[in-house]
Amino acid sequence: MTRALTLIRRRLVGSIFVLLIVVVGTFLLLEAAPGDAVDAYIVSTGGDAGMIELLRHRWGLDQSELTRLANYLWALLHLDLGQSVTFSRPIREIILERLPNTLLLMVSATALSFGLGSALGIYAGARPGSFRDRFLSIGSLALYAVPGFWLGLVLIVIFAVDLRWLPIGGIETLASDKTGLARAADIGVHLALPVAALGFIYLALYLRMMRAGMAEAWRQDFILAARARGLSRRRIVLAHVARNALLPLVTMLGLQSAQMLGGSVVIESVFSVPGLGRLAQEAVAARDTPLLLGIILVSAVLVILINLVVDIAYAFLDPRVGASEERA
Amino acid sequence: MSGLRRFLHTPEAVAGVVILAALFAMALSASLLFPGDPQSIAGPALLPPFQDWSLPLGTDRLGRNVLAELFHGARTSLAVGLAAAAAALAVGAVIGTLAGFAGGLIDEVLMRITDAFQTVPGFLLALAFVSVVGPSLGVVVVAIALSTWTGPARVARAEVLSIRERDYVAGARVIGMHPLAIAFREVLPNALPPVLALSSVIVAAAILTEAALSFLGLGDPNRVTWGGMIAEGRTVLRTAPFLSIVPGIALVLTVLGVYLAGEGIVETTAVKRGLS
Repeated sequence: MTRALTLIRRRLVGSIFVLLIVVVGTFLLLEAAPGDAVDAYIVSTGGDAGMIELLRHRWGLDQSELTRLANYLWALLHLDLGQSVTFSRPIREIILERLPNTLLLMVSATALSFGLGSALGIYAGARPGSFRDRFLSIGSLALYAVPGFWLGLVLIVIFAVDLRWLPIGGIETLASDKTGLARAADIGVHLALPVAALGFIYLALYLRMMRAGMAEAWRQDFILAARARGLSRRRIVLAHVARNALLPLVTMLGLQSAQMLGGSVVIESVFSVPGLGRLAQEAVAARDTPLLLGIILVSAVLVILINLVVDIAYAFLDPRVGASEERA
Repeated sequence: MSGLRRFLHTPEAVAGVVILAALFAMALSASLLFPGDPQSIAGPALLPPFQDWSLPLGTDRLGRNVLAELFHGARTSLAVGLAAAAAALAVGAVIGTLAGFAGGLIDEVLMRITDAFQTVPGFLLALAFVSVVGPSLGVVVVAIALSTWTGPARVARAEVLSIRERDYVAGARVIGMHPLAIAFREVLPNALPPVLALSSVIVAAAILTEAALSFLGLGDPNRVTWGGMIAEGRTVLRTAPFLSIVPGIALVLTVLGVYLAGEGIVETTAVKRGLS
């Protein structure tokens, strides 16, 4: 347990610096945007010069850049992300409302890509160089070349427009008053296509990594030893080759999380899933800079947390990790 | 067997090169075969493909020639993909070399900045950058480079860390070369091969990111892009799905071609280095 705690402490300290860079960097980038929140507000509501002056003063936009950055950081310490101009609500509230949908999408897509990808990878890597190995290898490369948003549209054309099996978008049937299991099933049906579109791309990645890892493992001495002990081929493949190839995939799970969050922006907008990614697109369209800043920050925190969880899991799966760090 | 002959004996690599060659031919001949503005009206709206042989792939919602748009889109995709990848590789190689060669505080600061860039989802960063600066071809290239330079930087740093202890670097120090000159004239060129091995993956990622940005309406509005065509077709997805499907197939083939050719090159050079 102490091993995990040391790991968590060290990672959290490092993460604070990284987060600080992210905050300052995005703050400066969004500062460079032409026009401010008041301009965006006035465009939608109208108002005279006096009104503009008043709003700038009330929102603290007439202060120097440095003061505003300090104010923003101070507010962040109190977990206050500020007020959204377009929604006229606290940004924290809006993000917390949208976050569960994105998390559900990401977790399901990860489960699909990791589960099916590693399984197919084991199937291909069990017999290196065989027909099925070559077929899956090329097939996965082709799949990896498919843009997620386009795959989403193709799935919509097939399953929602032609076959009418699945809904075209959204997270659940609106105003259906479903509760409990019926509601869960409804959400599941709505998320089937977005999860497939997001998950299939990364499936190819896990398949290829698994296959490559197994090809490496086949050459190791312990496989020869296992053969010499007269273990069945099935046992060697599953308990020795695949098991050793699985560990790097776990690390990939964390590294991939940032990319998957980015990918969910487009997928959510294709399927009109009201999640964080779609919110980002809405913020861009409405020029709502504080909201965009908040989304980027929350995503960064999310990526850090996911990587922390993955590292802890890795430390438990591979006893070699952390042992040397403890001594150092 | 020479590297080239070994390369040509790999069917996958040959397929990749053929696809890429066709693509370059499309991009280069676009204004020759389809002179004038590809966004101008060429015929009746929503003409299905293979009906009228002067408009082989039909027309879109506004009556624009789909084949002409496809050719001009190849240009944008290739230009953005290659430029963004070159920028990302250059920036990554320089920052990685500086971090690895300088060590100490500079290394620490540069690597924390790299961490920060890797923590923010790249696509979100590109989205924010384009929306702040305004969509144009150059801005899209910079946005994509911003979200992809970290990989090359890490690889370059790792390579530099092993190179800087070599004898010829110590020799350069002894003869009094400036540290920056050693870093960029002696160390960087030798650290490049593993960094360049990333190029196919980065070009592919850049092409896909450009397509996704254009799909969300953040591409250069004055240029035809495949992502923009897919978004256009989306509005008539129920009645004319081919408008979204055709440019998507072009995208898949392009990215696949880049992967296949890249993998072929890496494999043949790796074998060659292994033999020598």
